[in-house]
Amino acid sequence: MQLALFLIFGGLAAAGAINLLLQRHPINSALSLVVVMMSLAVLYWSLGAEFLAASQVIVYSGAIMVFFVFVIMLLNAGEEERTHGSRAAYIVGFPGAAAIFCLLSFVFLSERHALGSSNIGGYLNHVTSNIAEISTLLFTKLLLPFEVTSILILVAILGAVVLARKEQ
Amino acid sequence: MSHLSPFQTFLLLSILKVVVVLVLTLMAVAYTVLLERKFLGRIQNRWGPSRVGPFGLMQPMADGIKLFLKEDLLPIAAERPLFIIAPIIALACSLISISVVPFGQVTHVAGVDIFQIADLNIGLLVILGITSIGVYGIALSGWSSNNKFALLGSLRATSQMISYELALGLSLVGVVLRAQSLSLRDIVNSQSAHGMLSWNVFGGFQFVAFFIYLMAAYAETNRAPFDLPEAESELVAGYHTEYSSMKFAMFFMAEYANMITVACVASLLFFGGASSPLGHLLPDNFGGPFLTAVFPILWFIAKVLFFLLLYIWVRGTLPRFRYDQLMSFGWKFLLPLAMANIVVTSLVMALRS
Repeated sequence: MQLALFLIFGGLAAAGAINLLLQRHPINSALSLVVVMMSLAVLYWSLGAEFLAASQVIVYSGAIMVFFVFVIMLLNAGEEERTHGSRAAYIVGFPGAAAIFCLLSFVFLSERHALGSSNIGGYLNHVTSNIAEISTLLFTKLLLPFEVTSILILVAILGAVVLARKEQ
Repeated sequence: MSHLSPFQTFLLLSILKVVVVLVLTLMAVAYTVLLERKFLGRIQNRWGPSRVGPFGLMQPMADGIKLFLKEDLLPIAAERPLFIIAPIIALACSLISISVVPFGQVTHVAGVDIFQIADLNIGLLVILGITSIGVYGIALSGWSSNNKFALLGSLRATSQMISYELALGLSLVGVVLRAQSLSLRDIVNSQSAHGMLSWNVFGGFQFVAFFIYLMAAYAETNRAPFDLPEAESELVAGYHTEYSSMKFAMFFMAEYANMITVACVASLLFFGGASSPLGHLLPDNFGGPFLTAVFPILWFIAKVLFFLLLYIWVRGTLPRFRYDQLMSFGWKFLLPLAMANIVVTSLVMALRS
């Protein structure tokens, strides 16, 4: 079951990501990104992190991407011209992507014996409440980073208000 | 069923549950439309539909046939794939969220709970998430039909739904704090101890949260008095101006399915779901196993029906908001009130524990 879910939604996420790059119209790209986010949420869920999955859907697909689509709709952005990218993209990009691919395959191959034996999905399902675990962690061990992040977001909101305010 | 493996029984019963719930929901949607027309008619001192069948009871069928047989127009300037996909998103999202609603007490048949499609431990978040995805249906329909009224309607709808989603989500925190779980089954169980006295809206002192939820939910479903996205005096018909035939019907069905979902969630979270208001006054095994299973469903249906009638009553009574009033009501009144409700609820709970 888990393998089937992984194959379907992993494939969907990859297809959505490729479609995001290939589409010429910004709104189609934004919608492909929504598909990627939703497939990622299903992958989280199949790993037993259902709270993470739900917040992924609510925050990313439900709030942030809606604003993306909203802005694209308001600006009425047209189709994009297909151009050749800068030369730096070719010189740095392809070797960089190859390097990341090699690094990831190296990590996975060297840790091969640990693959499939982790018990994430198993012991978070129904036995302990995922949400209670996360909130205990957030409000005890990670309290300082959590509050600092909240203040950071507050500062960002204030900055947005200052930027958006009309000149007196 | 003895020759089937447990997984096969589970699969077959789940498919059966999905089909039954889907058919019942669609029937309920059709008859909610009729209920609304009849009830609005009575409010406005007229009869409402009365010609098709006895008391107009076949009117939904006639409407369905009419919508099926109408010509399906597709504007030339419309963005084709999105124009077609938008009503599908809207209807699908409004129908999916009914799958986590528990309709009755836990009743196991062959090891499967037959009165709930899926008991998820984040059921409430699933409903909120699916609601937030449903925004895409409306946003894309307005943009893809390439019509200024449709675009304005969908912009209004999107910003209204995003704004009221905050108040909606925050109003539910008090309930989650009291139940200490996000599973809808647990939330219902936490209110079933003493009948009406332990319901969240009375005994739980969550009436503030209840009113916030109710108002935010009316805005979320784009219903009167918050029906600005389809304000016919300003925007023709809002986001579905260019839609005809079954595509229009899908938006229409999505709106009423959303109403039913909101009514279900309101009765689950604040009115004890399928639990009886009388508590344990009647003995628990009153009338044998069949009646024990059926009574909670009747209570649930009665509560949902009450909320649907309330929806219609409000629509027949209140005038439409102005758009700036709508926004300032959501952001400056409902949101701070919901936050205050969270603080007070958690303070009281911390002091009492």
